[in-house]
Amino acid sequence: MNHIAPNSRLTRRSFLVATAAAGGGFALGFDLPFGGAAPARAAEAAQVSGPEVTAWVVIKPDDAVIVRVVRSEMGQGTMTGLVQLLAEELECDWSKISTEFPTPGQSLARGKPWGRMFTAGSRGIRESNEIVRKGGATARTMLIQAAADVWKVPPAECSAANSVITHKPSGRTTTFGKVAAAASKLTPPKDVALKDPKDWKLIGKPAKRLDTPPKVVGAQVYSIDLKLPGMLLACVKACPVFGGKVKSFDAAKITGMKGVKQVVPVGDNAVAVVAEHWWEAKTALDKLPIEWDVGANGHVTTASIAEFIKTGLDASEAFVGNESGDAKGTIAKAAKTVEAVYAYPYQNHATMEPMNATARFTADRCEVWAATQDGDAALAAVAEASGLKPEQCEVNKMLLGGGFGRRTTHDWLHQAIAIAKQIPGTPIKLIWTREEDMTQGRYHPTTQCKLVGAFDANNELTSLHMRIAGQSILAYVAPAVLKNGMDPFVFQGLNAKGDEGVFGYGIPNLLIDHAMRNPHVPPHFWRGVNNNQNAIYLECFMDELAHAVGQDPLAFRRKLMANYPKHLAVLNAVADHVGWDKPAPQGVFRGLAQHMGYGSYVAACAEVSVTPKGALKVHRIVAATDPGYAVNPAQIERQIAGSFVYGLSALLYGECTVKDGAIEQTNFDSYNVLRIDEMPKVEVIIKPSGGFWGGVGEPTIFVAAPAVLNAIFAATGNRIRSFPLKNQKLRTV
Amino acid sequence: MARLTINGTAHDVDVAPDTPLLWAIREWIGLTGTKYGCGIAQCGACTVHVDGEAIRSCSLPVSAVADKQIVTIEGLAVGGTLNKVQQAWIDSDVPQCGYCQSGMIMAVAALLKDKPKPTDADIDDTITNICRCGTYHQVREAIHAAASKA
Repeated sequence: MNHIAPNSRLTRRSFLVATAAAGGGFALGFDLPFGGAAPARAAEAAQVSGPEVTAWVVIKPDDAVIVRVVRSEMGQGTMTGLVQLLAEELECDWSKISTEFPTPGQSLARGKPWGRMFTAGSRGIRESNEIVRKGGATARTMLIQAAADVWKVPPAECSAANSVITHKPSGRTTTFGKVAAAASKLTPPKDVALKDPKDWKLIGKPAKRLDTPPKVVGAQVYSIDLKLPGMLLACVKACPVFGGKVKSFDAAKITGMKGVKQVVPVGDNAVAVVAEHWWEAKTALDKLPIEWDVGANGHVTTASIAEFIKTGLDASEAFVGNESGDAKGTIAKAAKTVEAVYAYPYQNHATMEPMNATARFTADRCEVWAATQDGDAALAAVAEASGLKPEQCEVNKMLLGGGFGRRTTHDWLHQAIAIAKQIPGTPIKLIWTREEDMTQGRYHPTTQCKLVGAFDANNELTSLHMRIAGQSILAYVAPAVLKNGMDPFVFQGLNAKGDEGVFGYGIPNLLIDHAMRNPHVPPHFWRGVNNNQNAIYLECFMDELAHAVGQDPLAFRRKLMANYPKHLAVLNAVADHVGWDKPAPQGVFRGLAQHMGYGSYVAACAEVSVTPKGALKVHRIVAATDPGYAVNPAQIERQIAGSFVYGLSALLYGECTVKDGAIEQTNFDSYNVLRIDEMPKVEVIIKPSGGFWGGVGEPTIFVAAPAVLNAIFAATGNRIRSFPLKNQKLRTV
Repeated sequence: MARLTINGTAHDVDVAPDTPLLWAIREWIGLTGTKYGCGIAQCGACTVHVDGEAIRSCSLPVSAVADKQIVTIEGLAVGGTLNKVQQAWIDSDVPQCGYCQSGMIMAVAALLKDKPKPTDADIDDTITNICRCGTYHQVREAIHAAASKA
């Protein structure tokens, strides 16, 4: 199994070695980034192999346990959480665990024994918890069987703990390492029982991340850091207007510049310079004269997009996502109605590590090294871009310097392969400039929403119509998945039923519909996805409705949530924790929000102040989540705090505007994000109610913006309905 | 050609004089712990020490650092012993994706040299590095933990 690249865990002695191999390099005999000591590394690599008890677990004679992790690690901690799940059932010694990523090529060749590699939608743990736990339980069963065979006793008389197998009646013991080779020859049992959650020892306990040590000494090799012998570096520039093409470029103007090897077209819309060093490629590319054919979208602006989307707000045709009763009829006859229109802008993922990939193409093989959230899709992309069969392709998965959804799509990988195909046999590392990353993104979609609520004479909410207008992600990324033209994903968190995201209010007459309007800017999944705007639209409007009838926003919600006890439980938890029934500190104001998505129930209360001149300070967030089961509370806390950084960055600053068909923001100076000085205190309540597996990486981001917006209203009386806040006056007087 | 002294070792590198120090370190010297994030001194992922001062190496040409002592994240641990900032980072389990953390650690190490017991306000003023994962709580906690050690 030496084709599987070892990850990090890691005694301090070995972590440099192990992480140097994270790119799969030394499995393939390449020299990797760290100078010297190559023979030592190779020797250590050879020892990584050991008996594969199941596809999930390798155990070496010295009891070292290697756990295969197939979901991508991008900071969200899934690697550690998945290992907890497996180790819970395996009953191994936690201190002896290391991890490795099987490659997509291996997965394909072996019939995908590890399930899906796709790592988005907060799926890592919620979707693979069972297959991973069974992988551990199966291995434990086989190890016990192997020990029982040696002792000639019934396996039922044996048990395992901490990598030690004990035969209870006789007191004999052995270790996993001693029986692993024999266990690996046994036929795996078909059905293994999993532990009752009440017996869990690792799941639910805070665990330190397995991948930390190399990250604090600069030894973690990210995709952008990979080095291969003979490698050349590439810098690319694509037509700034989406849908445009390259008309011409004048390579003669830069030939002879230091380091420059080649100037190559990349598809029909981009040009790359290939050089000995990336800085040389970039310097030359900046000087390369390129003429663009911008196509039909050269006059599109943010304003023209907004006008286009606005036509959907009152359009007669719309896809119905959730309907009960007669919302429009009730609204027409209502004693009182409230109406508001909200809008949500384009946003860039802005991962810290810009898009990059290394590709090596020959006539019969294409191999890439990439930070991908979806190894399977990356392998398919390599096959498509190279024109080779998937069996002739391989993807070496690297740790990601951030993903947030951007790395579920592989436009950048296609580019790397397009360049590598023009220089066969030479590994090409393509790195995007930050400017390319900002202007060639796949953006959080832009939408608007018109909400109308109706009350009867007793101020009871009788009806809600929520009309979403705007962009569909699926129409761009997977049109085949549309259902008769409808994008069901648009209704995230607003569905009548299902375990993904259920609308949490009982309103007798309800209509939630979508008028699709797709501008030319490519949309994509962006941490939280459509839940982000849906939670703002709904939760800010619920606040508006409460205020319209002079009711407390918490009491107003509670009345409508009687049939949604899990939604209500997290909302109550934050209200209790923050002390909603008691006044906030002087000058501080509170706002609430709740939402359900990716299988988890979340709520937040924000405490903010707004100065007389309109400067906002977010002092404190209290956030609660019910993810069903909580695997690693330490990481859940970090993910939740981080989700507020990401969500509040978007609310305060996140906006990609369009001028002449192109994105105007080019770097962090024009696309600002939260830094430490603006970080609120985030207090986390983890309330796992059991019986289901919800996600963690995303859900709490949904409530970040609406909780703060509702608190701003409480502070100022000013309802902000268009974002980001940097464009708004928080106080109007 | 430029002469760069990185982590105590002198290197003669064949770079144009306006090459940013970041790319000389990453591509010519081959130390990749120092990261590219923005190229315009905004995000701090490229932070190194130049004569003990935290500098964003993406925007500093190699011509400006001849005869200066440059320390990168790889040179922060001395004699196999982690710097107290690195140790605090492990103790507080700070990194998530980790990409920004080399720069974050270098910025913090320089801060602690300047102000051994920084206040929260000092941290807010000085640590302007961007972390998209949002590790700021753990960063602050680890700074105070490191500061509490001699």
